[in-house]
Amino acid sequence: MAERRVRVETKVGLHARPAALFVQAATRTPLDVTVAKPGKDPVNAKSILSVLGLDAQQGEEIVIEAEGDGADALLDELAGLVTEKSA
Amino acid sequence: MPDALRGTGVSPGVAAGPVRSISGTVPEPPAGERHAGDAAAEGARALAALEAVGLDLDERGARAGGEARDVLAAQAMMARDPGLADLVVSKIDDGVSAPRAVYEAFGVFRATLAGAGEYMAARVADLDDIRDRVVAVLLGVPAPGVPDSDEPFVLVARDLAPADTALLDPAKVLAFVTRDGGPTSHTAILARAMGVPAVVACSGCMDLPDGTVVLVDGASGEVHPDPADEEIATARAAAEARAAALDAATGPGATADGHRIPLLANVGGPKDVEAALARGAEGVGLFRTEFLFLGRTTAPSEEEQEAAYRAVLEAFPSVVVRTLDAGADKPLAFLPPPGDEPNPALGERGLRLFQNYPEVLTGQLRALARAAEGLDVELNVMAPMVADAAETRDFVAACRAAGLPRVGIMIEIPSAALRAADLATEADFFSLGTNDLAQYTFAADRQIGALARFQDAWQPALLDLVAMAAEAAAEVGKSCGVCGEAAGDPALACVLTGLGVTSLSMSAPSLPHVRAALAAHTLDQCRHAAEAARQATDAVGARTAARAELPSL
Repeated sequence: MAERRVRVETKVGLHARPAALFVQAATRTPLDVTVAKPGKDPVNAKSILSVLGLDAQQGEEIVIEAEGDGADALLDELAGLVTEKSA
Repeated sequence: MPDALRGTGVSPGVAAGPVRSISGTVPEPPAGERHAGDAAAEGARALAALEAVGLDLDERGARAGGEARDVLAAQAMMARDPGLADLVVSKIDDGVSAPRAVYEAFGVFRATLAGAGEYMAARVADLDDIRDRVVAVLLGVPAPGVPDSDEPFVLVARDLAPADTALLDPAKVLAFVTRDGGPTSHTAILARAMGVPAVVACSGCMDLPDGTVVLVDGASGEVHPDPADEEIATARAAAEARAAALDAATGPGATADGHRIPLLANVGGPKDVEAALARGAEGVGLFRTEFLFLGRTTAPSEEEQEAAYRAVLEAFPSVVVRTLDAGADKPLAFLPPPGDEPNPALGERGLRLFQNYPEVLTGQLRALARAAEGLDVELNVMAPMVADAAETRDFVAACRAAGLPRVGIMIEIPSAALRAADLATEADFFSLGTNDLAQYTFAADRQIGALARFQDAWQPALLDLVAMAAEAAAEVGKSCGVCGEAAGDPALACVLTGLGVTSLSMSAPSLPHVRAALAAHTLDQCRHAAEAARQATDAVGARTAARAELPSL
């Protein structure tokens, strides 16, 4: 099980366009991917409604987990999407 | 004939035609409804409906293009959400019918989102819309949305969102009537842009059955169901007479006795220049500059700004540019996020924002000064959201330092109107923003439909503030224009003139109406109408009293 713990840098948090890009990236792979706030129950990273329901704001930490071939590359991509300051 | 319904007229004109409504009332599948027993088939039916709605939303987005495409693509993702699908299937496995399972599954996510802060609460309405579409597919009933119709119709709805109207065929819509919304709602702005009548805040309109012929008067706000043929004929004749008067009235704005009131256009960028010129705008009274800044991850360069400003400046002899008006409700992506503001309308917006980011303002002022170089244009620059003399002084100083000769302020906070005499000695001109002035005078958020009546610019308290500002400006020989929606209401335009306002700026389609109304009345008549309106105790009384003094309206 691979894991990344990142701080959300996007201005609107994990909402709106960043959330859509995040879910689209997760959906492109066959892997099981979850996202959670630290210490909270993880949710399916391919579910836009679950991801929005996390309500992760700018400056908050999230934990992304994935399992299987290519998990590390996927996690890097997902982490990149929420740490791009410009988005 | 049944009683007329009354709302707020927000786009003038008269139209009659059959009602087509966006009902939005897909029935709730009854609680406890069970399927016949084949869970696999029922589950497949539900998943197919979710996918069908996702496809439909994608298609509508592709056809609409632009911003609507992103909005609708995000909604399509929600319809195809795997977490939602799992929940629907698990409820169906428990025996729940497909429509009820969909309804309940959406309810689970709805509760989560509604609890997840203000931004997400707004997405709940989107989620309800998607749910209704899926349930409609499963029940075989029409989906909510703008109806298809071969004949032109009067569109009736609770309210209209940009996604509803993205695919509207302008040739088919005779008028808009909505139950919610105010003079600055999406419906009102769209109707004025299309040049069709609109009535908002019209309670009871949702009870009009589809196909009922209604007569809509976008000036008085009246909606008559089942009008007699003579009434339609009378209204049409009146509308034609007005249209003839519009054609007859050309040239610069003036009262019947020749008192000049320059008629100017509100523009939101170079794209609006053509319409303003076509309707005979004598200049631009409000050039909003937000289009250059909103939705950008990096600030626009001064060169880019200069080119955009020049495109407007070179088209008119006189232009009033409003510096950037952003805030927590219209945040700028290239600046750090604003602090948490429970009430953005009262927060660090407009001129106040530049306390923290003076370089954004000075860059804009430099770009404006350069854009006007070599052009034969009177460039006026004004600041939004000015509260007092100190802010006025600071802004004037910043503009002078950039080499800008004509510097004004918007009067949209009551304190600025109350102490207009102080501000008039600092600034070269005033421009009254009646929309925000109403919001701040009546402590009524202009985004809240239930408070729409406070956006009515006919309210005597608002007219008093306009009079104070206009008198203070006149006292020291300075100009005082109006650039809010009020300026585009023909009767109100006469009243504003009577109050001492010196120019009127409005969206382009209103220009001919206002030109004709002014040309039909003398300055004395306008003054009497203004006095009569200020003697009333409410907006309806003010409008009635003023109209009685304006025989040609």
